[in-house]
Amino acid sequence: MTAATVDGSPADAPDPSERDKPRLVAFFDRIDAYNNLLLPVLAIVSALIAGALIIGLTDIDRLKEGDIGGILTTIKDAYLALPSGALGSLRGISETIVSATPLILAGLCFAVAARSGLFNIGATGQMFAGGMAAVWVGFSMDGPGIVQVPLALLAGIVGGGLWGGIVGFLKARTGAHEVITTIMTNYIAGLLTLWLLKTETFQQPGKDNPISKTVSSEGRLPKLFFWSDDPSLRAHWGFLVALAGAMFMWWLFERSKVGFELRTFGSNADAARYAGMKPATLTTLAMFIAGGLAGLGGATQIIGTQGYATESFAGTIGFDAIAVALLGRNKPLGIVFAALLFGILEAGGRKMQLETDIPLDVVLVLRALIVLFIAAPALTRLIWRLKSEGSTSVLQFRGWGA
Amino acid sequence: MSTSATPAPDQLPVETTATTTATPDATNPLTFEERQHARNLGIAYIVLAGISAIVLTGNGGTATFNLDGDRSFGLPAQPLAWFVAASLAVVAGVQLWRGFGKWTNVVLALSSVLIFMSFLAWAAAGREFSFIGMLASAVTFSTPLVFGACAGIMCERSGVVNIAIEGLLLNGAFTSAFVGSLASGWPGMGPKSGFWIGVVAAMITSAMFAWLLAWLAIRFKVDQVIVGFFINFFVLGLTSFLSSRVLTENPDYNDTPTLAAWNVPLLERIPVLGQILFQQTVFVYGAYVLVAVFTWFLFRSKWGLRTRAVGEHPRAADTLGVNVLRLRYRNVILAGAIAGFGGSWWTATLGRFNENITNGRGFIALAVVIVGRWHPVGALCAALLFGLFDSVADKLSLLNTGLPSEFIKMTPYLMTIVVVAGFVGRSRGPKAAGQPYESQ
Repeated sequence: MTAATVDGSPADAPDPSERDKPRLVAFFDRIDAYNNLLLPVLAIVSALIAGALIIGLTDIDRLKEGDIGGILTTIKDAYLALPSGALGSLRGISETIVSATPLILAGLCFAVAARSGLFNIGATGQMFAGGMAAVWVGFSMDGPGIVQVPLALLAGIVGGGLWGGIVGFLKARTGAHEVITTIMTNYIAGLLTLWLLKTETFQQPGKDNPISKTVSSEGRLPKLFFWSDDPSLRAHWGFLVALAGAMFMWWLFERSKVGFELRTFGSNADAARYAGMKPATLTTLAMFIAGGLAGLGGATQIIGTQGYATESFAGTIGFDAIAVALLGRNKPLGIVFAALLFGILEAGGRKMQLETDIPLDVVLVLRALIVLFIAAPALTRLIWRLKSEGSTSVLQFRGWGA
Repeated sequence: MSTSATPAPDQLPVETTATTTATPDATNPLTFEERQHARNLGIAYIVLAGISAIVLTGNGGTATFNLDGDRSFGLPAQPLAWFVAASLAVVAGVQLWRGFGKWTNVVLALSSVLIFMSFLAWAAAGREFSFIGMLASAVTFSTPLVFGACAGIMCERSGVVNIAIEGLLLNGAFTSAFVGSLASGWPGMGPKSGFWIGVVAAMITSAMFAWLLAWLAIRFKVDQVIVGFFINFFVLGLTSFLSSRVLTENPDYNDTPTLAAWNVPLLERIPVLGQILFQQTVFVYGAYVLVAVFTWFLFRSKWGLRTRAVGEHPRAADTLGVNVLRLRYRNVILAGAIAGFGGSWWTATLGRFNENITNGRGFIALAVVIVGRWHPVGALCAALLFGLFDSVADKLSLLNTGLPSEFIKMTPYLMTIVVVAGFVGRSRGPKAAGQPYESQ
């Protein structure tokens, strides 16, 4: 089975006609403005319109009375509450960052694997593995923060990396498809976490429910807004860790030899093999790096946001991250912006729920629709009556057989 | 859809890699891969024998397994464990020395039953245990998996990867609860007929989501795994949204009768088996009928032949006049209807909808498809096995064995990985699954 391109944008071929273009046009061409800017914006707008329809059509009481004006007001209030809840106050911004931090790292996890030609939906399990490793370091050590925090983060990387590496190893050695193995390892990681949280080593003394011991205050990531004493400003340095992760991914794929090999392997496995690269090693390595990034996300969730582990600390982040990576077109900068957007939806959605009684779940619908419109550019073009341009598909992965 | 039984003139010489195994020739009886599998299997037997000798001999006493009424049988835990360990060691020796040939799977199945019984005896040593109840609830738990897996097989056999089983099941559960509750309020409708209208609505809406899957995958050539994920996300979001926005405010919209068991006349009186298989709800019987009918059509009818051809080698099928895309559309939509029916099992069992009620069962159904090697009967067996682990975990948590139920629940997932990784015989999917097809 052949592998198709994972990265939608064509290679930057220098074109002699480029020189004659006005600077701004040339700039937009260079960054592939159509695919990287216009399409995401149209996708978001389309999703918001569809979301508005869903909100309107489920307003049964008003629909019965035929109160169209009232419905429109609700939609307007809801969509105004989103940005104001997320960005209107320092607390909102803090919450946005808190939501975005693990999404960035898990999104990078998906993207690293995707650009290496692997569909890694195991970010949830890898976050569990990394988070549990980090929490163990966090509560069992008692040293200065400058030692303990990096150690916990390192434990997160190693834990998540090994958990992801198993999947890569299985794929490389036996051809076990990563979609299946990652679904299974997600469940296994969830159950292992639940079990660990009930063991004496992990469980908080005096508690019946599965909850871990608390990370010592030295071992926590420092607050991002360090000048404020307000405990509700939860944003922590995990955000900086996430940004560093994004820079690492940029370096990996744009500057390093390994990244070049991974990219080649991702877009054409046969070519990589003929060029003397080792597919088995690359698959395992790609999954190790991807898992490490997700594990780091789990670690920031533990020693940054929560301070202890619960059975659901990875939540749905692993799956939301797939949407983040797709929206960010598997590029580090794109993922950071996509994760911030999702963070805005999350933090703003909570205010929306408070003010307009519209359930937070509408955010899930919006996210799904954004993924749809990004993944099907042809559909988005059809809706907006745009002429065909640029690449057609964001991603394609190898089938079961390969 | 053409479903005539007579062999059609345009039958294609397509071999399904999912069901046939390589035939050994005279000079080289086993391929390298087969020898490796035989060795792995032997090692697995040794490990199981070791577990049996070291762990399962730990509990003394007799486990009493209750059958129906006042019948029961007892198994002494320790002697049984030693017996199982010894026989598994012998089996491992024979497996490594010369293999079992065509009896390999039979021996594997028997050994699994042995170690399973020994495990139960260990867990329930000195106590009583409802054996029949466990098996009956295994059958019940497996029902939605069978429907989901059949939907998955139908899609994948025709070349469309269906990750969206979860979403289709969830939509079926929501729609049947919602429409079923609405319809029971209509004039001339009782709760019972309302429920069945809900089931029909579930089949129709799930078929529509399946059509969306086919449309995006075929018309726009969006990666099928991503479309599947989109549908899962979307349905999860939409049903949760509707459930908290509409259903919580109007509890009448989320209230259907639960479906009572319907005992099959005569068959229900068979001792033991009757209680396990024939005192269930219509959904269970529906699952068995579906597997039988689907197997027959898939391997004995013109439609089935064409479906398999389209999933393995669409170009060849196209050359011989099969409309590849139309067949894919039809099969995916039909699969959606099946999954919708399967989703209404939750409504029939619980009488209401809760957010994310399917809780990942659709992904398990996907595993069932693979462990069952893309064959309806295989999927049925795999689903029963997964259901069995569910019900064992359920019952053992009552027994307080000290063995964490998490590990029992984990077993099916580990087993899936073992199967997918081909440690004990590889499971291979239809060749063209996941690839968009462009007719020339």
